[in-house]
Amino acid sequence: MSGSNNDMRTPLAKVRGLGSSHEGTQHFWRQRLTALANIPLTLFFVGFLIALNGAGYTEVRAALANPFVALVMILFLISGLYHMRLGMQVIIEDYVISEGLKLLTIALSTFFTIAVGVASIFALLKLAFGG
Amino acid sequence: MSKSPATRTARRERPLSPHLTIYRPPITMTMSIVHRITGGALYFGTLLVAAWLMAAAGSQATFDWVNWAFGTWLGRLILFGYTWALMHHMLGGVRHLVWDTGAGLEKHTASKIAWATLAGSVALTLLIWVAGYMARGSL
Repeated sequence: MSGSNNDMRTPLAKVRGLGSSHEGTQHFWRQRLTALANIPLTLFFVGFLIALNGAGYTEVRAALANPFVALVMILFLISGLYHMRLGMQVIIEDYVISEGLKLLTIALSTFFTIAVGVASIFALLKLAFGG
Repeated sequence: MSKSPATRTARRERPLSPHLTIYRPPITMTMSIVHRITGGALYFGTLLVAAWLMAAAGSQATFDWVNWAFGTWLGRLILFGYTWALMHHMLGGVRHLVWDTGAGLEKHTASKIAWATLAGSVALTLLIWVAGYMARGSL
């Protein structure tokens, strides 16, 4: 094995390959996966809004209650919100120096993400299951 | 006190390295900053999506109020900005996905793609709004 004499890592750490963050490339990979998913989902969302522009209460409710629309909208929300939480974490880690404040703001960002997601998905399910 | 010329009070004029006041930011740098800003804006923009969905699931009065707020000139301005931020962040993201493969990293190629991101985002935003007004029958 190359460099095995100088490697300070334990054999277990080497096999796990997660590095000092204990997360490996998970953050990077999930950001890329959600980014990829966001492209078609965003295009659907934008197209849906264009088609619905100027529509009233009844029309919008009927459109959102469509099972296909509801499913894609829920996927859009999950993928988009997950992606934005990952991104905001990077922004916080870049600019918030204090370790305690950093942890707090990342936790608040997670709560914000979940609150927006749960409220939106609840609204969609309510409409899909008959308003 | 040290006799070193470096610590003398009357200093000689020395050449300065490129500083913010004379530095012209390359387009790739500007688009990188804009990518982060649009991402941050979209983060809070999800509140508008949530408000719209909750209003649709709520009463007619709530929905009409939210619909009215989005339709005011300020509401439209925010939604127009939201559209542009979404398109810019999406195209910037595609650029990052291309870079992840190792392609498009050469300096002049990267600059061209950065300009294309800006031009593309403006074009797509205008296209979306024209299509939106056409769907509304206002054009």
